[in-house]
Amino acid sequence: MSPNGQAGRRGDRVRSDCWISFEKTTDGGINIALKSKVESMYGDSIRATVREGLAVFGVEHANVTVEDTGALPFVIAARLEAAVKRALPDIDAEFLPEFKAHSNYGTTRNRFRRSRLYLPGDQSKLMLNAGLHRPDGVILDLEDSIAHTEKDAARYVVRNALRTVDFFGAERMVRINQLPAGLGDLEFVVPHNPHVILIPKVEDPTQVVAVDERVQELRKAHSVEAEIYLMPIVESGLGCWRAYEIAAASPNVVALTIGLEDYTADIGTQRTKEGRESFWARSQVVNGARAARVQPIDTVFADVTDMEGLLASVLEAKALGFDGKGCIHPRQIAVINRGFAPDEQEIEKAKRIVVAFDEAQAAGYGVVSLGSKMIDPPVVKRALGTVELAVRSGILARDWREGGDDA
Amino acid sequence: MPNPEMKKNAAGRMVPAEINGREAVPFRGVGKHRPDGTRAAPKVATCIDYPASGNKLVPDIKTALVEAGIRDGMTISTHHHLRNGDFVANAIFDAAAELGIKELVWFPSASFPCHKPIIEHMKNGVIHHIEGSMNGPLGDFCSHGGMRGMGVLRSHGGRYQAVQDGEVHIDISVIAAPTADPFGNAHGLTGPAACGLLGFALADSQYADRVIVVTDNLIDFPCVPWQIQGNYVDFVTTMDAIGDASKIVSGTTQITKSPDRLRIAEMAARFVRDAGIMRDGFSFQGGAGGTSLSFAIFLMDMMREAGVKARFVRGGSTQYLTRMLEEGLTDYILDGQTFDLDGVRSMRENPSHVNTSPFTSYNYHGKGCFASFVDCVVLGATEVDVNFNANVVTHSDGRLLHGIGGWQNCLFSPCVILPIPAFRDRIPVIVDEVTTLCGPGELVDVIVTERGIAINPRREDLLSAVRGTDLPIRTIEELKAEIDDLVGGAPAKPKFGDRVVAAIKWVDGTVIDCVRQLAE
Repeated sequence: MSPNGQAGRRGDRVRSDCWISFEKTTDGGINIALKSKVESMYGDSIRATVREGLAVFGVEHANVTVEDTGALPFVIAARLEAAVKRALPDIDAEFLPEFKAHSNYGTTRNRFRRSRLYLPGDQSKLMLNAGLHRPDGVILDLEDSIAHTEKDAARYVVRNALRTVDFFGAERMVRINQLPAGLGDLEFVVPHNPHVILIPKVEDPTQVVAVDERVQELRKAHSVEAEIYLMPIVESGLGCWRAYEIAAASPNVVALTIGLEDYTADIGTQRTKEGRESFWARSQVVNGARAARVQPIDTVFADVTDMEGLLASVLEAKALGFDGKGCIHPRQIAVINRGFAPDEQEIEKAKRIVVAFDEAQAAGYGVVSLGSKMIDPPVVKRALGTVELAVRSGILARDWREGGDDA
Repeated sequence: MPNPEMKKNAAGRMVPAEINGREAVPFRGVGKHRPDGTRAAPKVATCIDYPASGNKLVPDIKTALVEAGIRDGMTISTHHHLRNGDFVANAIFDAAAELGIKELVWFPSASFPCHKPIIEHMKNGVIHHIEGSMNGPLGDFCSHGGMRGMGVLRSHGGRYQAVQDGEVHIDISVIAAPTADPFGNAHGLTGPAACGLLGFALADSQYADRVIVVTDNLIDFPCVPWQIQGNYVDFVTTMDAIGDASKIVSGTTQITKSPDRLRIAEMAARFVRDAGIMRDGFSFQGGAGGTSLSFAIFLMDMMREAGVKARFVRGGSTQYLTRMLEEGLTDYILDGQTFDLDGVRSMRENPSHVNTSPFTSYNYHGKGCFASFVDCVVLGATEVDVNFNANVVTHSDGRLLHGIGGWQNCLFSPCVILPIPAFRDRIPVIVDEVTTLCGPGELVDVIVTERGIAINPRREDLLSAVRGTDLPIRTIEELKAEIDDLVGGAPAKPKFGDRVVAAIKWVDGTVIDCVRQLAE
């Protein structure tokens, strides 16, 4: 039988995706059978994308069937690549969509990471408008949201999305698979401007080091100048026990987070709404992260319809010392960002400290004091962060020093 | 069938100068066409011909149609208050088929997917063509050239206007009535098929030669309030059920969970607030579509927060509008149709929940109509072009899939907002030129997409009203360029044949555009 492969999604409930079947033949050129709900508008464009891709892969004779429900070009390209490489695994060439200028922005080590939105790596439709909802970060997920049979195909979608989709300034994160498979994910990610790699189910600092080393190799090979940061996820008793070591494993770790589904299973209990069973683990993560000078980030809140429960959970996380929380639905973002915003008292105190700091700077003093009290540098730093967060949360006017009203 | 002569109208569209054998006036521009002549009127009736007892009952719909003098080629009208649960329209044409009647014209106020059997009656010759909105399967049938006559799409107000002006003469009107008495008084407030009101049947009752009321909840005289007056009615008959209640109104109206739609609805509400439209005594039109419903809910929250009250809200009503009324956030609901059980209950019980008709709300050939003084409306669209022209009947692939509804009439509001996604699947919503022109750009003020808000440059007042707010105001060209880049270029234009399959009327009866048969 001639080599053949299929990839993608079809069926009545699928939208904005396509299913492609590829069969390599020995003569007769390229034959494309297309069934598309946008045939009259984009039929020619879809056929052109398929031909372009096959040329990149050096395929001259093939039968290709496309069932399309309005997939964007980068998705069609990803599905084609998966189908072709399932048939012909030795092909090295990549069918890369143009790297768009809007994908070319950076991040910083200490940026706000209040809300990070998980996006299943093989569902491009959810990615397109994700950034519009203004999460601090988006996570293109290659791990738990992807079926085992689709791990290979999701890599192409995530890679193409990193090059194509405008995330509107959100930090661009990718969650790779548990090691060792996750190390293989990195070559599909690192050359395409990811900001942070999430490493799941970490139990040992050497796992972080392994990812870091592979990232550095790939950065070098692909001349990637921007730093790529790491966020380990601890999801077991052992991982939580070693929270500090894991957070301190590499200077590129910027945050540490926790996954409670696996954790509670691992310690032999179940998640409850009150969360008493995970209190130690969450505190451990906060302390481990703080000890390593990285951001502690809380897990996701699973009930997307319960906004009050979400807010309560955010306030609890904030009280425990977390800087952020994961989300699985865009409507959770505003609630999380609001929850992590400083309250009035915090802002007033921070403003006084910042003003004192400004005055000390202007006067050339090395020491900041407020009334008779001396203010330590970490407190000043925290106050500056609080003020910035208040401004970003829309509670404080950017020009508050000039007497601007509260926003 | 060859096309009639085509003329270029004031919007630059080529339109038929004749529709199904009658001369038609090409669109002349908004507010440019001045009607002359007098209103149509049915023959003078006399009590001599009607039973003094007031009992107009006949055994069944077939008998009623025979008594009403049904003949080949007549125009039969129905209303669409029973929406996708309607049993009556299909029953009428089944009866006509049994009677061997041919070449009828169906003149519904709207059609739904439940009317798919009508396609068979068009194929077997019982129905010649439809003058009315064609949704789903009927639109598809028409687009592919299946209908012998030319379809005519009108707005709700345009339908009233066409009947009143004598453009359409209704031979027999069949009014499905959730509750009626033997004299023909009828309302939609109670009964197994309760739908709230019967406003869409008003013109039919007033102007048709013969009027048949059909009900599944016959009560003793008097049936009050008489939304339809028995004095217009010739015959009353019954059916076991006039509709499927579960498809007439929903038990509870679901709000959308789509984050993008919610974002669009929220931005539209913020626009109304921040542009200063939301102020004490204002008014707006809600709807039951996912986005317009959510818009009303967001606006309600903002009104509560700001302590602002509306004077009236235009329905389609839902539990959310009735909550506004009951909470005192609005003095009145002026309702055109009720979409859920709570809306029906409120209309039945609350005197401030008022029923309206296309005559009061929408008729352009009247001495004013409400539509022009609803402060803002939110409407849908399948496409909008860079000149703010909008399409609501065809998709970008050229298929006719929706009716106009009250959409054109609502364009006369001082602030017309279209909250629409910037693209659907791969299909951009903002285009160079709409496939079918339904609403001229001069009447469309604001496009709210998930990627930003575009304000019609003609509305400098609105532009300056929101300057300095944090609303993402952008030009329509910017939005279009961003989407075209995302979807891989503007779509190819649909391929049409020559034949005109449907005409699109403007609110004044002139022809604003037409739909051509799709090339196979």
